[in-house]
Amino acid sequence: MNLEIRNLTKAFGGVRAIDDVSLTFPSRSLSAVIGPNGAGKSTFFNLISGAFRADAGQVLLDDEDVGGLSKAERMHRGIGRAFQVASCFPTMTVAENLMASVTAHIGQWGNVSRRFPPPGVRERADEMMELVGLTQVAGVEAAILSHGDQKLLDIAIALALEPKVLLLDEPTAGMGPEERWRMIERVRSLWERQSLTLVFIEHDMDIVFQVANTIRVLCYGRVLAEGTPDEIRNNQAVIDAYLGTEAHAE
Amino acid sequence: MSKHPAWRDTIIAVVVLIIVLVIPLLHRSPAFEDFIIRLSAMALFATSLNLLVGNTGMVSFGHGMFYGFGAYAFALTMQMTELSLPVAAVIAVVATAFAALCVGAICVRLSTEYFAFITLAVQMLFYSIIISWQSLTGGDQGLRGGIPRREFFGFELESQLHLYQFCAIVGVLGLLALRHISVSPFGQTLRMIRDNEDRASFLGIVLWRARLSAFTIAGAFAGLGGVLAALFVSGAYPEFADWPNSGQAIFAVMLGGIHSFLGPVVGGMILLALNDLVTRYTEYHGLILGIVILIFAVGLRRGVLDFIKLIRLGRAR
Ligand SMILES: Nc1ncnc2c1ncn2[C@@H]1O[C@H](COP(=O)(O)OP(=O)(O)OP(=O)(O)O)[C@@H](O)[C@H]1O
Ligand SMILES: [Mg+2]
Repeated sequence: MNLEIRNLTKAFGGVRAIDDVSLTFPSRSLSAVIGPNGAGKSTFFNLISGAFRADAGQVLLDDEDVGGLSKAERMHRGIGRAFQVASCFPTMTVAENLMASVTAHIGQWGNVSRRFPPPGVRERADEMMELVGLTQVAGVEAAILSHGDQKLLDIAIALALEPKVLLLDEPTAGMGPEERWRMIERVRSLWERQSLTLVFIEHDMDIVFQVANTIRVLCYGRVLAEGTPDEIRNNQAVIDAYLGTEAHAE
Repeated sequence: MSKHPAWRDTIIAVVVLIIVLVIPLLHRSPAFEDFIIRLSAMALFATSLNLLVGNTGMVSFGHGMFYGFGAYAFALTMQMTELSLPVAAVIAVVATAFAALCVGAICVRLSTEYFAFITLAVQMLFYSIIISWQSLTGGDQGLRGGIPRREFFGFELESQLHLYQFCAIVGVLGLLALRHISVSPFGQTLRMIRDNEDRASFLGIVLWRARLSAFTIAGAFAGLGGVLAALFVSGAYPEFADWPNSGQAIFAVMLGGIHSFLGPVVGGMILLALNDLVTRYTEYHGLILGIVILIFAVGLRRGVLDFIKLIRLGRAR
């Protein structure tokens, strides 16, 4: 699914967190969004997914404007997301997290006439666990999962909703170097297998340059540059604003 | 949540019910029978509250108003009409559900703190209406004149034995219905909201609608508890709808455990037994109760069943 953003703007008080941003994420692309802390990356995702309402601009999914829709409706149209801080259901096991999410997705969340989970849901949840590699910890409560597994669970919950566009806010946040690569490899293989339009925010430049097809650089709420990894690596504005300070990022 | 097959709950309910029904055939004890009758009302009252507190994370301080509402609605219907007892009970429960729907419509969109606060305020309003509308409710004297206990299906509720049987059946069936709701997809939805409402709403769950449904269901079952209480005392008293009574339900929930379905029932047993024992030996009833609750709060840091669950989990690991 093609995701196009036109003139998106959002201000918090006086701060323009996203300032007239226009970007296109072609169908089945794998893109990274980078930028210094506070650049507006998470806000950008919040606006696309409908968590925040934009002050101006459009969010187009295959040329249809979804900017007026609620976050649940956008999710139904195919925009899935995972969060910078893993967001799951801490008192439930991994399997229950996913079964509950699938149940909600198929519109059965208000059902009192049968037992949880409804038929077919367990199988879908198993698929999701298989997909992200959480089968081993299916019976473990989310609250006591490792940090990395919580991030994976968050992604699996997003996948349970059968997204066409998947937004991952710093999937490797808080992980050691080795774990990061394992995570990003999983993300990449997901992208391949599920034919997703995948956008991820990432601070680790090695990962970004190696994994992403295209890179968008945000700075103070504006698009500083976009292009292939090679183009970005050699872009003077990006080097000045961001890559030079890379050591301080995160 | 439960990994057990669906029929397990029904079997347990049936077995418990049979045992309870057989006991008086073997040995009559008025004290025990009274205890079970009061427990059936208390169990519905506290378990329905836990649907809000434990399942959904909504702490209501005003649950007693629905208990009181059910009691008055039932007693008045019985006194003012010729309807049969089960029909009057159904009317009372439906009316209570409607009242809960109206109160919930005001409360459920509020933040947690304000929700607790407003439920308390609405309850005080309801209480003062009962007190001041003397011509209908009998004011602070309570609803007098007794409840006509018209016979139905061979039940003659003038008889203590029949009342005992009736309350036990209604209590167990009511709990079974609540259990059914708690392990349904909707029950799981309530847990999602408790755990992470933000993520839940991303998944398409309409928070206010789920909360309002839970609040209405909980109110209805508290009302059913109130119906049993009205039968027991053969009337209705404003104390049913007063905040200390809501406090009793909260105590039962906390004593028994909020994360176990039967926790509030166990809590209700402890509470009733304490009430009976303590009032027999001392007038410092509130003091003893307070100490016991403190012991639970500080010693176990959770209700009895939650504590047992924790120990068993610890062993399993
Ligand atoms: N809900 C909010 N209310 C007010 N200001 C906000 C809100 N969310 C973000 N901001 C502000 O918007 C700006 C962009 O924040 P955002 O979280 O989008 O940055 P980011 O690029 O994701 O940063 P990081 O790399 O640290 O995650 C910041 O100045 C932040 O303080
Ligand atoms: Mg961010």
